Amino acid sequence: MSLTPKQIERIAHLARLELAAEEIPAYSDSLSRIFGLVDELDRAQTAGIEPMAHPLEDQVQRLRADAITSPNARDLYQQNAPQVDGGLYLVPKVIE
Amino acid sequence: MSGVEQGGWETVIGLEIHTQLATKSKIFSGSPTAYGAEPNTQADLVDLGYPGVLPVLNAEAVRMAVKFGLAIGAVITRRSVFARKNYFYPDLPKGYQISQYELPIVGKGVLDVMLEDGTVKSIGVTRAHLEEDAGKSQHEGVGVSAIDLNRAGTPLIEIVSEPDMRSAKEAVAYMKKIHTLVRYLGICDGNMQEGSFRCDANVSVRRKGAEKFGTRAELKNLNSFRFVERAINIEVARQIDILEGGGTVVQETRLYDADKDETRSMRSKEEANDYRYFPDPDLLPVVVGEDFIDAVRATLPELPDAKAQRFQSQYGLSAYDAGFLIASGEMADYYEAVAALVPSDAKLVANWVMGELSAALNKDGLDITQSRLSAAQFGALLNRIVDDTVSGKLAKEVFEAMWAEGLEADVVIESRGLKQITDPAAIGAVIDEIIAANPKQLADYRSGKDKLFGFFVGQTMKATGGKANPVLLNDLLKQKLAP
Amino acid sequence: MADQTLASLAAGLKARKYSSVELTKAFLGRIEHAQPALNALVTVTAESALAAAAAADVRIAAGTAGPLTGVPIIHKDIFCTSGVRTTCASKMLSNFISPYDATLVGKYKDAGTVMLGKANMDEFAMGSSNETSFFGAVKNPWDLAKVPGGSSGGSAAAVAARLAPLATATDTGGSIRQPAALCGVTGLKPTYGRVSRYGMIAFASSLDQAGVITVSAEDAALTLQAMAGFDPRDSTSVDVPVPDYAAELQQPMRGLRIGILTEFFGEGLDPAVEQAVRDSLAVWQKLGATIQEVSLPNLPLSVPTYYVVAPAECSSNLARFDGVRFGHRCEDPKDLLDLYKRSRAEGFGSEVKRRIMTGTYVLSAGYYDAYYLKAQRVRALINQDFRRAFGEVDLLVGPTTPTVAFGLGDKTSDPITMYLNDIYTIGANLAGLPAMSIPCGFAAGLPVGVQLIGPHFAEGRMLAAAHAYQRETDWHLRAPSGWAADFEPSTTGGAA
Repeated sequence: MSLTPKQIERIAHLARLELAAEEIPAYSDSLSRIFGLVDELDRAQTAGIEPMAHPLEDQVQRLRADAITSPNARDLYQQNAPQVDGGLYLVPKVIE
Repeated sequence: MSGVEQGGWETVIGLEIHTQLATKSKIFSGSPTAYGAEPNTQADLVDLGYPGVLPVLNAEAVRMAVKFGLAIGAVITRRSVFARKNYFYPDLPKGYQISQYELPIVGKGVLDVMLEDGTVKSIGVTRAHLEEDAGKSQHEGVGVSAIDLNRAGTPLIEIVSEPDMRSAKEAVAYMKKIHTLVRYLGICDGNMQEGSFRCDANVSVRRKGAEKFGTRAELKNLNSFRFVERAINIEVARQIDILEGGGTVVQETRLYDADKDETRSMRSKEEANDYRYFPDPDLLPVVVGEDFIDAVRATLPELPDAKAQRFQSQYGLSAYDAGFLIASGEMADYYEAVAALVPSDAKLVANWVMGELSAALNKDGLDITQSRLSAAQFGALLNRIVDDTVSGKLAKEVFEAMWAEGLEADVVIESRGLKQITDPAAIGAVIDEIIAANPKQLADYRSGKDKLFGFFVGQTMKATGGKANPVLLNDLLKQKLAP
Repeated sequence: MADQTLASLAAGLKARKYSSVELTKAFLGRIEHAQPALNALVTVTAESALAAAAAADVRIAAGTAGPLTGVPIIHKDIFCTSGVRTTCASKMLSNFISPYDATLVGKYKDAGTVMLGKANMDEFAMGSSNETSFFGAVKNPWDLAKVPGGSSGGSAAAVAARLAPLATATDTGGSIRQPAALCGVTGLKPTYGRVSRYGMIAFASSLDQAGVITVSAEDAALTLQAMAGFDPRDSTSVDVPVPDYAAELQQPMRGLRIGILTEFFGEGLDPAVEQAVRDSLAVWQKLGATIQEVSLPNLPLSVPTYYVVAPAECSSNLARFDGVRFGHRCEDPKDLLDLYKRSRAEGFGSEVKRRIMTGTYVLSAGYYDAYYLKAQRVRALINQDFRRAFGEVDLLVGPTTPTVAFGLGDKTSDPITMYLNDIYTIGANLAGLPAMSIPCGFAAGLPVGVQLIGPHFAEGRMLAAAHAYQRETDWHLRAPSGWAADFEPSTTGGAA
């Protein structure tokens, strides 16, 4: 299966990746090759097989007691932030 | 069908109600959920989506969701699965929301809703799924939006209805019913100003009699019952306008602007979404066994419908009165506490709670838990009506004084001399004086002008300062006016 | 022979042959010497290492030391280390200081180990050659023109060059075993859920597993003891008791049923690699194990399955790198979309972007069933194959990689040839099985690894088999020359 430049652009947009026009052919080529590999899956007979989402099938979700265990550490956590003001993370204006 | 018809059009509404669960900590982290904290002080590494961190599910959120499911008789999914809903937005730290998609914890259920005309309509609940809330964006700054992630990770159940509602009023009645229910269950504080209980509405119109649904718009930002009703009505009118003008309705998300009282397309949601749901590999299937469900069932309180039935049979109330009183559990509890003190006249108690007391609460912007009168104080007043110490009319004056000054009923009655005159001789003497002073009216009455009876009642009441026992007064007056 | 294994270094510390500070200085010296050529580390934490070593010496003197107290360690830079830059070898996180320790890092800290630094790796663990690192490729200490393998290439190269007796690593599709094989060291990937993933920067959550690279299987057992166990912060960590792995090493080989995977000995396997692996089977046979062929018919589909599942999970896991709360942010974004797109395009390298796009595509509307669900179903089939096999045998054995280390730049132009390097390792990740690679000889002067795969939570049995093999052979003690000789911590002379 091969992916068109248009598809690559759509995927890159969904994934929020800026792609320069000259990068698109290379991604189109390599993704097409990857999907060529992936298409081997068509060989498998999977009718009636339950999809396996997790390697340990008999494990179930454990529940945590409803307790407050995280004290405020905003200043520490915001040391990695590119732009904050008054404890708020800033981004370019969002228009709703 | 109770459809509301507008020039041959029928409205179809489905609601998605986001109910914040009243847990102490978040659904996947140990951060507090309290409202109103300084920005980002209640967002830990998990809530911020820091590299390497992992979610662990809050047991209480699961219990609350199951509790809701049991309350609407819904199917509880024994093995539900968390999925990731992928999209980029600054208030969504991980770039995905952990939600449930194919296997929600609560499956199909149904809710009976009483409409304004007293008829009952069953509204289907498609599902209710557990998910995490997003943070909040503030757009007041110049050129920037500011992000507060305190709300991120607050547990929600999203209650999705079938498209069963046919008018804005039905939608509001359904939403109010859910609102009452979640507060009864103690799973949500119901505070709509703070966003604890929010609603999106899917609205479409179709030709009456048509099988197929019309194209729908999703209305967002409906944070009061009034806005839900307004927004739906405005949107219905807009869609009918478009269709009657030969246009087509576009499937889109629209924001209700309460200030301008209009709905408008949301730019940020314009592009077609592709959420790429898939099972969250950081979380395992949530398995709830019979033991778990039974334990939750044991904690269910008396539910609103059952309470309304009981109020009708136990207290002899009308369906309307019972419905009013049970709308909040606290109101129902207050009513029952007062009714217990006034066992002979539960209907009187209902009238007073729904009348004077509710009016006073509304006027002062209080809810029943903040009432200036305790059930005991209020019951004492009503007992003075029952035992004829004070007339119903004067009791309102007593109530006002109690409310304003925080006094006991007997103190107000005593100090203001509002005690009812129940001595036949005393009332008789007053009547005699009135009759003597009005010979013409007496003669007219006796010659057949029955309406003048009211004149004598009024005069006697006036002379006694309203304190004459009305039944006694009536009886005596009839005797004395008789020819 | 010099003290080169963790076990012997720990014994040397306990016997006061040297102090932890001396040991730490010696290893820091080796790192300083080797780093320009190998580029095995992203960050060296000499100062804090010496402080930790001094503290370890106090514990040793006080008699409160544990088995790993004072032992130097290198953590793969995928593990969050509090107060220390944690980059995942990406520009995206090149300035990221973690405010917390991964559970695994905390456990090693508590055990008294001394962190020397953070190991280089493929960016976000996506790669099989360590060439995708933002900080440059790691070189194979056996031949500087060759790759060390990946993604844990820095960890494997560091242990091979004896820059530390152990290095932590992670394995999503072979990222511990493949570089261990290519560098001639022992690499252990435990059962999925055996070691906490908390604080390990996620690539593909249902496949990622933390493990370790050491010189010997005995060392691997010692370190697994320190890092295994249930973690309430990781919902996928499993609450089963942790056995005494040192005791498990003594399990007898007599009667052990070893299965050799038919599918692993087919086309594409270098004959010299095959020979070395087949030779290793003879050793176990001599020790009393029985060998039989086992077929896993769906196993050849593991690579395509993996290249749906792993990118799908990665596309979602890496969405949090958006330039808002941490990580790289582009200059002067003109709007929100621009902020997202440029920050991510600049912060991620091309292999990471390729996988994000692949994953985005397989999850997108209209393709989910054909790709993602289909892959999940094939994953179930592969898992069933393994289950059936473990009904017949106790361990599976085969080559870790089809070839020995390949040349730098040889496979960077075609992702598929690179991906096929993991053809033998991916199956264990899909099924969550414990697996390891141990050195079993050389081909063309480069190390060959033999892979062992066990049933869930059978690390003890697998380690015992590896240990038994290493008592009969010395491949694991062969070290590349030139890296450690001048900086022996003890007086016993040069290694290798």
